[in-house]
Amino acid sequence: MATVAHEVDHHHGPAKGISRWLFTTNHKDIGSMYLWLALIMFLTGGSLAMLIRAELFQPGLQLVEPEVFNRLTTMHGLIMVFGAVMPAWTGFANWMIPMMVGGPDMALPRMNNWSFWLLPFAFTLLMSTWFMEGGAPAFGWTFYAPLSTTFAPDTTDVFIFAIHLMGFSSIMGAINVIATVLNMRAPGMTLMKMPLFCWTWLVTAFLLIAAMPVLAGAVTMMLTDRNFGTSFFDAAGGGDPVLFQHVFWFFGHPEVYIMILPAFGVVSEIIPTFARKQIFGYASMVYAISAIAFLSFIVWAHHMFTTGMPVAGEIYFMYATMLIAVPTGVKVFNWVATLWRGSISFETPMLFALAFVFLFTIGGFSGLMLAIGPADMQYHDTYFVVAHFHYVLVPGAVFALMAGAYYWIPKWTGHMYDERLGKLHFWLSAISVNVLFFPMHFVGLQGMPRRIPDYALQFADFNRIASIGGFAFGLSQLLFVYIMIKTVRGGAKATDRVWEGSHGLEWTLPSPAPYHSFTQAPEIR
Amino acid sequence: MKIGQHRRAATTLAGLLLAAALPARADYGMNLVRGVTETSHTAFDLHMISLWVCVAIGVVVFGAMFYALFAFRKSRGAVAANFHENTTVEVVWTIIPIIILISMAVPATLSLIDLEDTSDAELTVKVTGYQWRWQYEYIDQGVSFFSNLASSSRDATKGDPHSVEHYLLDVDNRVVLPVNTRVRFVFTSNDVIHSWWVPALGWKQDTVPGFINDAWTSIPEPGVYRGQCAELCGKDHGFMPIVVEAKTREDYDAWLVAKKAETEAAASGADRDWTLDELVERGKGVYGTYCVACHQANGQGIPPAFPSLVGSKITTGAIEGHVDIVMNGKAGTGMQAFAAQLNDVDLAAVITYERNAFGNTMGDLVQPSAIKAAR
Repeated sequence: MATVAHEVDHHHGPAKGISRWLFTTNHKDIGSMYLWLALIMFLTGGSLAMLIRAELFQPGLQLVEPEVFNRLTTMHGLIMVFGAVMPAWTGFANWMIPMMVGGPDMALPRMNNWSFWLLPFAFTLLMSTWFMEGGAPAFGWTFYAPLSTTFAPDTTDVFIFAIHLMGFSSIMGAINVIATVLNMRAPGMTLMKMPLFCWTWLVTAFLLIAAMPVLAGAVTMMLTDRNFGTSFFDAAGGGDPVLFQHVFWFFGHPEVYIMILPAFGVVSEIIPTFARKQIFGYASMVYAISAIAFLSFIVWAHHMFTTGMPVAGEIYFMYATMLIAVPTGVKVFNWVATLWRGSISFETPMLFALAFVFLFTIGGFSGLMLAIGPADMQYHDTYFVVAHFHYVLVPGAVFALMAGAYYWIPKWTGHMYDERLGKLHFWLSAISVNVLFFPMHFVGLQGMPRRIPDYALQFADFNRIASIGGFAFGLSQLLFVYIMIKTVRGGAKATDRVWEGSHGLEWTLPSPAPYHSFTQAPEIR
Repeated sequence: MKIGQHRRAATTLAGLLLAAALPARADYGMNLVRGVTETSHTAFDLHMISLWVCVAIGVVVFGAMFYALFAFRKSRGAVAANFHENTTVEVVWTIIPIIILISMAVPATLSLIDLEDTSDAELTVKVTGYQWRWQYEYIDQGVSFFSNLASSSRDATKGDPHSVEHYLLDVDNRVVLPVNTRVRFVFTSNDVIHSWWVPALGWKQDTVPGFINDAWTSIPEPGVYRGQCAELCGKDHGFMPIVVEAKTREDYDAWLVAKKAETEAAASGADRDWTLDELVERGKGVYGTYCVACHQANGQGIPPAFPSLVGSKITTGAIEGHVDIVMNGKAGTGMQAFAAQLNDVDLAAVITYERNAFGNTMGDLVQPSAIKAAR
């Protein structure tokens, strides 16, 4: 596909010591820092989830008080969304996009450094609220007013500042991706020849630029409501608490696609590699990504069917939401058609990618069910919803992240990971994630609300099963950490192509990839 | 070969887990609650339609996927074909889902329109969410009361939940409705957003402070239907259940009369003088229902959000200040204004109790008549 003439320039190697990491403008160093931060946050948010599952292991209050339970669910959500999944995808973008489009680095390297280094401070601030008077946020990751305004402790202002910092970071990261994809492509790589991972990230970056300022607006309105006497969300001053939900979900719905579109991209890279057959419908995949991105901005109030919307509004948002099933279906059909009459092998990245297709689709099915307005009047705010979004986020986004990590780590480190351990990690994760989340459908349908620290006795059995699955899933991820560290430290030498069926510019570079990716633009035939 | 072993191990493990999960199925349901009202039956039917549509699509898509994974394995010598892009196929798999979606949207739309039509109600009940209890007002009947988590459940959270019937789903005052009567609910909130949800009725509705939402139901058969608050509303979100009891018209009328008498009896005595012991005795019960969630049974609260009452400036200071904060609340904190929630006797009783309990020994009291004057 591509012939590459590259000369590795050794004059500009990494600086020594801590300054390499503090002052780096190198896309690989910054990508690595994003990935390590995401891993640390994944383990932190996961520990909180373990506490949640431990409290829910049996009826009654055993471990934590209800207020602390609310802090656990809130911080778990915030950390996983803003600390684990989003930075992990930015880490992948940093590492892979310059290599995939044939450029030397990201287009805006200094801003790249800043957008990463905001994050450790943002999360230090957010975590420090645990130790402040008033405690960590306890109003859910969706922080609905007025629970988060009039009725929240002073630490909420720290939370608002942390969200602002994360927003700055995401917007700058997104600008960088757009600038890189549009300007740094090798000659001959037209947009419609670009790898699908770059496409999904390009679209994601536009979603970020459109959605994150809306989140910033929401928390700023909260800030002024709390401290400066405005009444955006307070009926007593002419405001409306439901306005908060509209603003939040106008950010929040695109946000879920921000987390899942790059996952589509990774899976669309991996499946063709291990099926040894090119993606069935490249153009229709690109159109489907764009259609999903567009739809994500016009469906937000399906999170709000029970807020007292006019019936015309409910009907519109129901139709628009159901429409998402069409482009999402196109993507799933495409992956299956790519597998059809391929020559399939099952290395760890492929196993995670296939589990993604299977389990993400189950999350998509429950999403379609949730779109049906009258049924949502029952499902809303129950464990059915918890099951739904964990299916699209854990065996969805997180499995895609793991697939990507196994897929590209030989290119990053020059070492092959331990295939036996990788497969063990996969099977442990794939089984336990279902034991963890599938029973949540049942308790939700039977009437168990979300975000409760204790529950009626009829929900006890399935909660116990979910907790066992949760502990197993959590422990399994320690194996992932071990495998990754082991691979960074050593292992069998990886070839340049790594995988028999690999294609794309990143595989034309040596393994490990040189510090500056393509110092001379490769030619694309 | 290795993969084969892994797969067998996985299948065995999945089988074992399924076997472990099955006994649970005998006792507890796994599907959506079908409920008693027409609305809930419609929601259930729509749920089942969409579930079976998903199952059917899943069988086709996953069937094709797993067949491909089995039949086109490299280890079986499969050689990759080189086909891609087929406009006909792509148009077909875009059009078919659209047709399926339209067929699902039509009944859903009709049912939504019916659900949101709250006209022609014979009875109107106003529901107000509080942190963390519900208030029910029968607008035209002049009956109004609060409904709290039953103390049996509250006491068992750190004890043995299995010893309590309807753990966390029982209340002190049920909301009673006549059967076969179109009831309109209007919803609002005193503080944060709550959501009123009884699965058997088939919907939930948010209570938004400063705004009115509405919904309707008509329950065809007598019975007790339980539910919970469904929107995170702070610390005790998990502890504000709902119990609806549907009665025949005659039983409902009798209940209405009795409830009125009960409310009047509870408020009686506001004009006479009470002794300290009488007030402390009654105040203990009021505290256990209205104050204990935040200030705790031992009065020590959960500082800093919920301050201790033991030796505090309020409970051991001037009694006027104590009366003021209980009646009018404290803006910007969780402390509510109880003037509208409690009658004169209950307010006098709980204030007196707080000054003479948890080690506080003020020995003073406030008479219901003084509360009446302070209103």
